[in-house]
Amino acid sequence: MTTLFTADGLTKAYPGVVANDDVSFSVGPGEIHALLGENGAGKSTLVKTIFGLVKPDRGAMTLHGAPFAPADPSAARRAGVAMVFQHFSLFDALSVAENVGLGMENPPPLGRLARRITEVSREYGLPLDPSRRVGDLSAGERQRVEIVRCLLQDPKLLIMDEPTSVLTPQEVEILFRTLNQLSDEGTAILYISHKLDEIRTLCERATILRRGAVVATCRPSEASSAELAELMVGSALSRPERPAETPGGTILEVTGLTLPPASAFGTRLQDVSFTVGAGEILGIGGVAGNGQDELLAALSGEMPSAEGAIRLEGADIGRTGPRERRALGLLTGPEERLGHAAAPDMSLTENATLTGWQREELTRNGLIRWGRARDFAERIIAEFDVRTPGPDAAARALSGGNLQKFVIGREILQRPRVLVVNQPTWGVDAAAAAAIRQALLDLAREGSAVVVVSQDLDEILEVAGRFAALNGGRLSEPVPADGLTMERIGLMLGGAHDMEAAHAGAPHA
Amino acid sequence: MITLEKRPSPSRAWAWATPVLAVLLTMIAGGLMFALLGKDPVDAIRTIFWAPLFDPQFASYSRPQLLVKAGPLILIAVGLAMGFRAGIWNIGAEGQYIIGALFGAGVALAAYPSGSPLIFPTMIVAGALGGFLWAMIPALLRVFFNTNEILVSLLLVYVAEQFLAAMALGPMKNPEGGGFPGSRNLQQYDAASNLELLQGTGLHWGVVAAIVAVIFGHVMLTRHLMGFHIRLAGQAPRAARFGGVNPGRLVIFCLGLSGALAGLAGMFEVSGPAGQVSIDFNSGYGFTAIIVAFLGRLHPVGILLAGLLMALTYIGGELAQFMLGIPAAAIQAFQGMLLFFLLGVDVLTNFRIRIGARGTA
Repeated sequence: MTTLFTADGLTKAYPGVVANDDVSFSVGPGEIHALLGENGAGKSTLVKTIFGLVKPDRGAMTLHGAPFAPADPSAARRAGVAMVFQHFSLFDALSVAENVGLGMENPPPLGRLARRITEVSREYGLPLDPSRRVGDLSAGERQRVEIVRCLLQDPKLLIMDEPTSVLTPQEVEILFRTLNQLSDEGTAILYISHKLDEIRTLCERATILRRGAVVATCRPSEASSAELAELMVGSALSRPERPAETPGGTILEVTGLTLPPASAFGTRLQDVSFTVGAGEILGIGGVAGNGQDELLAALSGEMPSAEGAIRLEGADIGRTGPRERRALGLLTGPEERLGHAAAPDMSLTENATLTGWQREELTRNGLIRWGRARDFAERIIAEFDVRTPGPDAAARALSGGNLQKFVIGREILQRPRVLVVNQPTWGVDAAAAAAIRQALLDLAREGSAVVVVSQDLDEILEVAGRFAALNGGRLSEPVPADGLTMERIGLMLGGAHDMEAAHAGAPHA
Repeated sequence: MITLEKRPSPSRAWAWATPVLAVLLTMIAGGLMFALLGKDPVDAIRTIFWAPLFDPQFASYSRPQLLVKAGPLILIAVGLAMGFRAGIWNIGAEGQYIIGALFGAGVALAAYPSGSPLIFPTMIVAGALGGFLWAMIPALLRVFFNTNEILVSLLLVYVAEQFLAAMALGPMKNPEGGGFPGSRNLQQYDAASNLELLQGTGLHWGVVAAIVAVIFGHVMLTRHLMGFHIRLAGQAPRAARFGGVNPGRLVIFCLGLSGALAGLAGMFEVSGPAGQVSIDFNSGYGFTAIIVAFLGRLHPVGILLAGLLMALTYIGGELAQFMLGIPAAAIQAFQGMLLFFLLGVDVLTNFRIRIGARGTA
C-alpha cells in the first residue's frame, strides 16, 4: 500500500503531562483512518501537530514522501491538509460565503466564491445557501459550512475532530456518504472519535491512543466494540445498570411553557409540556441550540415563566426565582461549567456555597459558616472522586471532567426532589461519565425525579426511562425509551434538515 | 521574548505586594519628573511623604489633617468598593456627599438654636438618608429602565452642585451673615457640631464612622452571604444569577449603601472641618475616593491604608507646593502616577512574567 502521510515518533510534553509519547502511524491515499481514544488520550495534540498548531518536541512527519513540518495552519493548508474542528469557528452575524472566505488563504471575489460553494456543496450532497446568515443555521448546517470551506481547498488529507457529536443520526448517515465519496476520489480522512460503532462502520483502519501512546492499530470492522473499548480504556468498562423503573407520583409538571429566546441567536420555547415522576429519569435529546439553554433557564428559575407553567409537587413555581425553587428541592446543573455552574476564580469551598447554602444550612443569621461549607466541599470531593489538591483550589484549576463531577455532585448531595442536568458528561472521560450516569441512576432509585438534557443519544438511552426530543424549541411527546431505534429517534429530532433530497439528486448517492 | 502566563490561581502574595511596588515605582518616576523640573527629587519625595508627619515645623498642623482628610475618603471608598466588587459603578459619590451634607445641615439649621441632645444623632440619620436617596435615582433608573448608572450617577454630581449653590445663596443662607453666601457656622452651634474628639489628632466622629465602616465592610465581604453574593456577581454574573442573586436588588443595595456612606461623610464634613454650607463646600472627596477604593484593592483594610496614603500625598503635596515651589499640576501628575502604576503592576497578581523562548504553543 502506498502511503500519503506518516508520523514517526511524535512526542510532545506539556508541564506535568506527556500528551504524545512516540506516536507513529501512517495513512494511505483515500484511506479513512480513525484516531480512537478517551478524552485526554492525546488525539487533539496529535492532530494539532499535523495541522501546524503544535510543534512536536521530537519526531518527524512526511506527506507525499517528503518531510512535512508545517510552521502554522496556513502552511499545512498549502500542503493539502485541512481540518474541521469540533468547535466551529464561524461568525454568527456573517453569511455562509463570507465565513468561508474568511477561512481561506486567497479567497476569490464573493460572487465567484458563492457559485463555487453551491457547486461543491451540490457535488458532495451538502446543500448550503451561500447567502444565509450563519446565526440562523442548525449545528449540522454549520458543520457543512466548515466542510465545504475545507473542500474548496482541494485537500489531500482531511482531519475531522469529533464531527458527529452535534448531528442527528440521519445527518450522520449523510456525512458518512460524503466522506466515503471523498475517500473514493482519493482524499484521505483522519477521523477522530470515541464513538466505536461509527468507527466500525466508517473506517478502514484505526490507531488507538491511550495516555498519549499508540496502544494498537487494527481494522475496526474486524474487532468488536467491546474489544475496541477495552483497548481504549485499558480495562473493561462497567456500564451503569438501569433498574426497572416504577415511577411514583408526578413531581415536576410543565404545561404549555413558552419563552422568548435567551439571546439574539437563541431559540424560542414553544408550548413545552412534560411531567416527571418520582424515581423516573426523563431524557430530553436534541442538537444543541434547539432550546436547551432556554429550557434549563426556565426550570432553574433564571428566566421566570408564566404563572402555572411549572408546578413542583402541585405548587405553582412558574414565577419564582432560583432561591425559592432550590428551597423547594428543584436543583439544576447547567451545561456551561465555568462561569455558570461555577465561578472560575473562586475556591471549591466557595463554589459549594454557591448553590448549597440553603439546603446544607451553610449560613446562620446571614453569616456564612465557612467550616461547614468546607466540610460540604470535602464531602463532594470524596464522594465523587474529584481529583484536586483540596477545597481551596480555584474552580478554573480543575480539568473539565473533574469540575463536572464536582458541580453534579454538589447538586446530588443536596438530596433534590427534582434534578435537571444539561449535558452532564460533555467533555468528560469515559470513566467519569460512567460515574456521573451511575450517580443519576442512584438518585432516581432513591425516589428523586431526574431530567437529563443531552446531545449524546447513547447516554440518554443508557439512563432514561422515557425519551422526548427538543427540536426548534418544541418538545415531542415523551415515549418509553425501551425499544426505541436510532432511526425513530432521528426522526423525532427533526430528521436531517432537508439533506435526504439533496443526496438523492447527487451523482454518487 | 517576554510573555505573560496566566496563573492557575491569583497570587495572594502579589495581591499585597503590588501596592507597595506601585508606591516605590511612583517615587522613582515622580522623582525623575521633579528632577526634570529642576527640583531636588529626594527633597521633594521627603517633603511629600515624611515632612507632614515628622517635620518639627509643620507636623503639629499637618498631622491632624491626615485623619481629617483620610476619614471621608475611607468612609466613601468602603461603600464604593462594595459596588465596584459587584460590577456596579457608582461614580457620583461626590453628589451623594453634597446631598448628605445638605440634609444634615438642614436638620441643624431647622433646629437652631435648640440645644437638644437629639440634634446630632438626627443629623447623622438625615445625612445617610440624603446620600441614600440621591443614589436611588441612578439605582432605580437602572433597575427599571436599564439606564447606565455610571452616566446617571456622574451627571447627578453636577445637579447636586447647582443645588448646593442654590441652598448656600438661598434657604440656608446665614440671616446674620451680612448678605454673604453660606450658612451659619455649625462649629459654633454646640448641639450640631462634629468636634475633634481628642485634641490635636484630627479624630472626629466621621473618622470613627470610617473605622466602623472598615470593620463592617470587612466582615460583610468575608463572612456574610451578602458579601459573598457581591463578589460572585462581580466575578461571574451568570453564576450569581444561577445561585439566586437578584441583580436588581443587588444594584439597589450597593448604590444605596455607597450613597448612604457618602452622605454620612458629607454630613460629618459640613458639621466639622468645613463648618458651613458654602458654594464650594465639596472638594472632590467623592472622586478621590474612587482612586482610594482601587488603591486599596477594593478591600476594606486596604482602603484604610490607601486612604491614609492618599491623604498624606495631598497634605505633602500642598507642603511641597509652597515649600519647594513645585507646580500644582506636577503634584496632580504625581498622584496620577500612583494610580497608573497600581493598575499597571496589578497584572502580576493574575499573571506571571516569563522571559525567554515560548515554551508551548
